Amino acid sequence: MGDVMELTYAEALREALREEMIRDERVIILGEEVGVFGGAYKVTRGLLEEFGSKRVIDTPISEIAIVGSAIGMALGGLKPVAEIMYMDFLTICLDQLITQASKARFMSGGKLKVPMVVRTQYSLGRIHGSQHSQFFPSWFLQAPGLYLALPSNPKDAKGLLKASIRENNPILFVECGVLYRSKGEVPNEEYLTPLGKAEIRRKGEDITIVAFSRCVNEALKASEELSKEGIEAEVIDPKTLIPLDKETILSSIKKTGRLLIVSDDIKLGGIGAEISSMVVEEAFDYLDAPIIRIGAPFIPVPFSQKLEQEYMPNADKIVREVKRLW
Amino acid sequence: MELKMIKNIEPREFEKYELNRDRLLRLYRKMLEIRRFEEKVEELFLVKGILSGPSHLYLGQEAIAVGVLSALKDEALMVTTYRCHGHALAKGIDMNLLMAELFGKSTGTCKGLGGSMHASIYPEKGSIYATAIVGSGIPIAVGLAYSLKHQGKDNLVVCFFGDGAVNTGAFHEGLNLAALWKVPLLLVCENNLYAMGTKVERALSSKSIADRAASYNIESFVVDGNDILSVYIATKKAEKLIKEGITPVFLECRTYRMKGHGVYDKAEYRPKGEVEEWLKRDPLILFEEKLISLNYINKDELKRMDEEVKREVEGSVIFAMNSPILDFEELKNHVYG
Repeated sequence: MGDVMELTYAEALREALREEMIRDERVIILGEEVGVFGGAYKVTRGLLEEFGSKRVIDTPISEIAIVGSAIGMALGGLKPVAEIMYMDFLTICLDQLITQASKARFMSGGKLKVPMVVRTQYSLGRIHGSQHSQFFPSWFLQAPGLYLALPSNPKDAKGLLKASIRENNPILFVECGVLYRSKGEVPNEEYLTPLGKAEIRRKGEDITIVAFSRCVNEALKASEELSKEGIEAEVIDPKTLIPLDKETILSSIKKTGRLLIVSDDIKLGGIGAEISSMVVEEAFDYLDAPIIRIGAPFIPVPFSQKLEQEYMPNADKIVREVKRLW
Repeated sequence: MELKMIKNIEPREFEKYELNRDRLLRLYRKMLEIRRFEEKVEELFLVKGILSGPSHLYLGQEAIAVGVLSALKDEALMVTTYRCHGHALAKGIDMNLLMAELFGKSTGTCKGLGGSMHASIYPEKGSIYATAIVGSGIPIAVGLAYSLKHQGKDNLVVCFFGDGAVNTGAFHEGLNLAALWKVPLLLVCENNLYAMGTKVERALSSKSIADRAASYNIESFVVDGNDILSVYIATKKAEKLIKEGITPVFLECRTYRMKGHGVYDKAEYRPKGEVEEWLKRDPLILFEEKLISLNYINKDELKRMDEEVKREVEGSVIFAMNSPILDFEELKNHVYG
């Protein structure tokens, strides 16, 4: 056996859950179809058989009670990992996630802690239509007290989930549905991927591309194309939106002088809006060109596959936008 | 099916529960502490203008917090709501800390970061959570009770909420889960007949709140919430059922808000006759009459006790006023841990 193994994104997540459940008895999984069904996307497959129904709990379709009871479990000394099947369904339980879990520590003067992970996934790109494809990470930029992770590959999926389970704060862990079956190398050795630490996925001198989740892969593909034309992009994967590793982004911009942000969310008021504002505030003098943002249009996600593909950011759009600067 | 109401408890019955003279007088004193504390809070808002922001008084409901919490063991864990001052005092939280929290001072239960609506959060006394969003505490209490069961702890969670909460999704999802999971949870609905300004029958399609809970296969009781002995004994019965079956139990305590929804609400939407009728059933007066009829206390002793309590309340105001406010720079230290 080598130092690495090849796992899918879903398998890597399952490994993280397994390892943490073995390591820490307090870790509990709850959600819709996580047990007998094996997880809507098979992430939790086999865990019920391995850990039993006291630790892998099938719930009714009750998003409020899933997140609410997870908060209670966390307050009671357990380490719940709650699953909300689609990111769209978070809107049903935002009170619990934002108004309860994220505020509990602050408004108790630091006495309460809510070590809870809420796993969910967004299904943009899976022909799921307007109500099963939404991706709205920037909403949570207004929720101090909550962390938000956006793993882009199997290795980070595993490392970030393990680190999230060991956190003392509530974490929204947003997986990317189209990535579940994508494979990648995952170390055999135990490791944790720290929250708030970006990774430079490709080095370059000419432009900084900050990409999140699935769009990291699109940015890497685009970079290869751009390289053929003599433009070397530096691709940064922040991995977590909250906390955001501003340092890595800013120091890259100080080198490249150019910035493109790409993410699957709607461009208006999205991740790109916040990062570009931050860069204008903190590194304006280093910018040699306007900042480019690529996101989805201000339109609900269309159903038809062709329309959905046009709706989404991709490598071609990145290449086209970058070339506008030269 | 109308559930039988627990009311009119006779001495012979409450003596079985070791409610002797000393214990009854202690319960009475606790109710009096809540009464005088809340009256002072109202004065600090309306007359003196020293306090501001939302505050929801517990006046008229004292028998419920004291009855329930004195019947349970001290280690019982509590989840409550924004109308939490009474629960805080009944759970044994120091009056000074509670008052300081209402003043937003760093000596308060939550360092002044919670305020009136979260002032009862004080895990040191088993008071785990207080939510300002109607109904939202119920699923949290279910999870907390699950954690006790999962860890094999011989303890229970008590969750207080009002009649308004029973129409929220959180109530329905929470009760369903509590019943499915069979968690050690005492659900206490304080039905004070009004959710803000909306009378319960204008908002509730079920015959009664307890009926609604019973439909989730949860053992439910209706209780005279203005009679502390009824509340106490109902809680003892519930506690026994919870321990025996490791199962949730539901109490609908019927009561009345003496004042408005919040401290500024004059409650003009309530018929005068209705208010007058309920004020005759003031839980303190009912208990006082019982204690006097049993020769457990006389008017002079009651007066002395009242003066003592009033002094304590005054002392809490002085403590709060003399306390500092947290530095703004410290806020960021409490967001993440």
